[in-house]
Amino acid sequence: MRYSGFRVIAEALTGHRGWKPMWRDPAPQPDYDYIIIGGGGHGLATAYYLAKEFGQARIAVLEKGWLGGGNVGRNTTIIRSNYLLDGNEPFYEFSLKLWEGLEQDFNYNAMVSQRGIINLIHTDAQRDAFTRRGNGMILHGAGAEMLDREQVRALYPWLNFDNARFPIKGALMQRRGGTVRHDAVAWGYARGADSRGVDLIQNCEVTGMRIENGRIRGVETTRGFIGAKKVGVAVAGSSGRVLAHAGMRLPIESHVLQAFVSEGLKPLIDGVMTFGAGHFYVSQSDKGGLVFGGDIDGYNSYAQRGNLPVIEDVAEGGMALMPAIGRVRLLRTWGGIMDMSMDGSPIIDRTPVDGLYFNGGWCYGGFKATPASGWSFAHLLARDEPHPTARAFRFDRFLKGRMIDEKGQGAQPNLH
Amino acid sequence: MIINHPILGPRDAQEFVYLGDAALIDRPDGMTDGIEAFHTYAYLRDNPAGDHRELWYHEQGDRSWLVVTRNTVTHEITKVELARDVARAMGRST
Ligand SMILES: Cc1cc2nc3c(=O)[nH]c(=O)nc-3n(C[C@H](O)[C@H](O)[C@H](O)COP(=O)(O)OP(=O)(O)OC[C@H]3O[C@@H](n4cnc5c(N)ncnc54)[C@H](O)[C@@H]3O)c2cc1C
Repeated sequence: MRYSGFRVIAEALTGHRGWKPMWRDPAPQPDYDYIIIGGGGHGLATAYYLAKEFGQARIAVLEKGWLGGGNVGRNTTIIRSNYLLDGNEPFYEFSLKLWEGLEQDFNYNAMVSQRGIINLIHTDAQRDAFTRRGNGMILHGAGAEMLDREQVRALYPWLNFDNARFPIKGALMQRRGGTVRHDAVAWGYARGADSRGVDLIQNCEVTGMRIENGRIRGVETTRGFIGAKKVGVAVAGSSGRVLAHAGMRLPIESHVLQAFVSEGLKPLIDGVMTFGAGHFYVSQSDKGGLVFGGDIDGYNSYAQRGNLPVIEDVAEGGMALMPAIGRVRLLRTWGGIMDMSMDGSPIIDRTPVDGLYFNGGWCYGGFKATPASGWSFAHLLARDEPHPTARAFRFDRFLKGRMIDEKGQGAQPNLH
Repeated sequence: MIINHPILGPRDAQEFVYLGDAALIDRPDGMTDGIEAFHTYAYLRDNPAGDHRELWYHEQGDRSWLVVTRNTVTHEITKVELARDVARAMGRST
C-alpha cells in the first residue's frame, strides 16, 4: 500500500477500514542468503538497501526484542554532517543527502526537519577550530557558516551571553542539519524492507554462531538454528556480546548515555544547539518538549539506565546556557547502550570469519549515520568491497595507526 | 554508585575518574613484546555484560588507584581492592 495525502483523506471518509499492518510477522525459514542481526535503524536500513539498491533477495533481519526498541528509538534525533576528518566527513555528508530524499524514497513520513544546528563558540581558540571544521565541511559540499555573537543573539536572544566562564562569542552553523522522528525511521525502513520480501523476525535473539573451517554457516537463535551464506552484525551496544560468539574481542566498550525530555512548552528553540563546553545540547520537539542531553555516564554499562549525578550535571549545563528554563519540569529520562569505540569513529568491515561482517562502534552519533550506514553495509555485504565513503572504517586502523579521532582523545572510549 | 574504598570507606563514585578494564595493569613490555601485543593491550577489550574488574582513580580523594569489581548490568559493586595490591599479586614491580 502506498501512503499519500490522498490515501489519508480516502481512509478518513471510509472509516479507516483500509489500513493494513505495516509489515508481516513471518516465522524464520531454515536458511537465507543474508542474515542481518539487529533490528535497529542500521540493521533495517541495511536490509532495505540490500533489497532495493543491490537487488539481493532471501534476506532476514533477526531482532531479539521488537523493531526499533534499541537506540534507534532512544536517541535525541539529531542529524548533521559537521565532521572535520577526511575519513568521516564524506560519509556523513552522503548520509545527510540520503536523509534529504529518504521520505520520498521509502514512502513514509519520518518528519525530516532541516531546522539547522549551531555549535556555540566561547573562545578565540574554539573559533579557530570551528572555522577549520567549517572549511572542511565546505570542501566536502556540506555547507557551513560562521555566526558572530549578534547573529546568535538574533536567533536566541534569551541565551546567557555573558556567562562568566563561557560567554557566547559566536557559533558554527549547518543549516542542513536538524532532527528526524527516530521511531518513524525504523518503521519506514522496516516497511520498505518487508514490502521487498525481507523477513523481519522479532523476539529472535542470536545466541551463537555456527562457524566451520573459518566460514559462517548460520546462527543459533532462541527460535532455532537459521542457516545463512552471509551474516551482518548491526547490534550497536551489544556488539561485544554478539561478536564474542565468533571468538572476537573488539576495540569497543559499552557505555550508557542518557536523554531527557521536559514538559511541553511554547516554541522556544526552532533549531538544534550544542553547548560543548558545558556538556549540553538541546532541541525542541514538535510537541513542545525540550529534548536534551549531555555526556555519557562514563563507566562500562549494559543497564539501559543511568545514574543521578549525570542528570544533575546535564541540568546544570542547561541552566548555565538557558537560565529561563529554571522552572521547567523534567518529564522523562532514559538511557541507551552505546558502542563506544577506541577513536570515537565507527567500523564497517569484514571479520576474520568468511561471510561474517560487522557494523558498529557508532558511539553516541549513529542515528544521523543510519541511511549511509545501511547503504554502505549493504554495499559491503553484496559486493564484498567497502563503499567509497566508508573505506576508512576498518578494524585494522588501530594496528596501522590510522585512527579517525575527531577529538584527539586517544584510546579512551569514555572521553569520545 | 558508592565505592567502598579499602582505606577511606564508602565514597561517592563522583569523586573518582574511570579508566577501564583492570587488565590495563598488565602492560606488555614495549621493547620485547611487539606491536601486536601492544595493539591487543591498548585497543581490544572483553567488554563483558556482568562482572567487570575495572580501574578507578580517586582524584578528589587520596589519589589512589582502585580495582573495583562491578556488575555492568546491575551496577552492583561486589569488591574493591587497592590497585597496588592487585599489581603486586600479579608479580608486577610497580
Ligand atoms: C540517549 C541517546 C541519544 C542519542 N542521540 C543521538 C543523536 O542525537 N544523533 C545521532 O546521530 N545519534 C544519537 N544517538 C546514537 C544512535 O542512537 C545510535 O548510534 C544508533 O541508533 C545505533 O544503531 P541502531 O539504530 O542500529 O541501534 P539499535 O536500535 O540499538 O539496534 C540494535 C538492535 O540489535 C538488537 N540486538 C542486540 N543483541 C542482539 C542479539 N543477540 N540478537 C538479535 N538482536 C540483537 C537490539 O535489541 C537492538 O534492537 C543517541 C543514542 C542514545 C542512547
